[in-house]
Amino acid sequence: MATTPLPMAPEEATMTSEHALVSVRGLTVRYGTRTALDDLDLELPAGRIIGLLGENGCGKSTLLKTLAGLYADYTGEVRVGGHAPGPRSKALVSYLPDRSSLPDHVRVRYCLDLFSDMFADFDTAKAREMIAGFGLDESMRLKEMSKGMREKVQVSLAMARRARVFLLDEPISGVDPAARDGILDRILGNLEPGSSLLVATHLVHDLETTLDSVVIMRHGKVLLEGEVDDLRAEHGSSLDQIFRKVYRS
Amino acid sequence: MEFDTGAPIWGQLVTEFSRRIVTGEWAAGSRIPGVRELASELGVNPNTVQRALAELERRGLCRSERTAGRFVTSDEERIDAIRAELAHVAADDFIRRARGLGMRPAQALHLIEERWTHGDHTPADGARGGHDDV
Repeated sequence: MATTPLPMAPEEATMTSEHALVSVRGLTVRYGTRTALDDLDLELPAGRIIGLLGENGCGKSTLLKTLAGLYADYTGEVRVGGHAPGPRSKALVSYLPDRSSLPDHVRVRYCLDLFSDMFADFDTAKAREMIAGFGLDESMRLKEMSKGMREKVQVSLAMARRARVFLLDEPISGVDPAARDGILDRILGNLEPGSSLLVATHLVHDLETTLDSVVIMRHGKVLLEGEVDDLRAEHGSSLDQIFRKVYRS
Repeated sequence: MEFDTGAPIWGQLVTEFSRRIVTGEWAAGSRIPGVRELASELGVNPNTVQRALAELERRGLCRSERTAGRFVTSDEERIDAIRAELAHVAADDFIRRARGLGMRPAQALHLIEERWTHGDHTPADGARGGHDDV
């Protein structure tokens, strides 16, 4: 397919550059003899939705965990909102792990109380609104829920914090394709303009029109990064196709 | 609206927003919906909408008022000029395809006259144009 848009002014391509909200330099993480992150450099500005793409085991989850301040055994420099990983950076970061850390037997209501106790910036009313919006009942126990329903609860909890940086590890992978758009809409609708969202996913197609920029990883390194619209113009193809192409080469 | 994900989204938004203005869907002088509202309606990134609106502003199709928001221009001549520009793009598309089918100008003109009152030609499709997915 090809489009014939009106002629464009290429100099409009640059957006106002913000100070980096997340900055990573020479980040290396080793699990025994295996290198999960290999001398990685990355800068993420504020107010962006960034896709983190790559095959399983490429280091996406390790990067998110390190940014979330949950993994201290690394070398290199990591700054979130100007702070090294620790209590002050953690206060700015809302992290949604790929595996639930919530106990199985509890009710949704208990999770709301738990988050309210744990995080000073947790907006209980916003979380309840999202959960209701997903058609879920607060009196349900997590173990009674499907994988997709649990993911909706976790997304609601994660997005209800007034954080600067949201780190979501495969937030929609357990949800059937028809329901993914609804979850994405709610994630984006609840993102404050000055906050950034870094979302690790293998579902490139579902995020095609919502991402500002993309970071494609392989073997613990950044293989390709850039503004998605600029990459489309440069390659003349969709992000999905670009992703397949760079991975094949 | 369906996007061609193989081309920059912001450029497609410029075309779509221009279409809304020339068709009067966004009336001259009226307030344009907010960035987040448009992003949510179209299922795209707010920064992409922002970029498209900035381009619209550069082309004199809208103006920003610091607190009140963005407004469609009241300059009807400017709107007419953009309508002509969009019509040129659509005409060029048609001519390219007609030539590709080996048609001569007289045949193409005759075809347009014949088809003008036939079939379902919803105005929006014509103005949008440009999708070669036939």
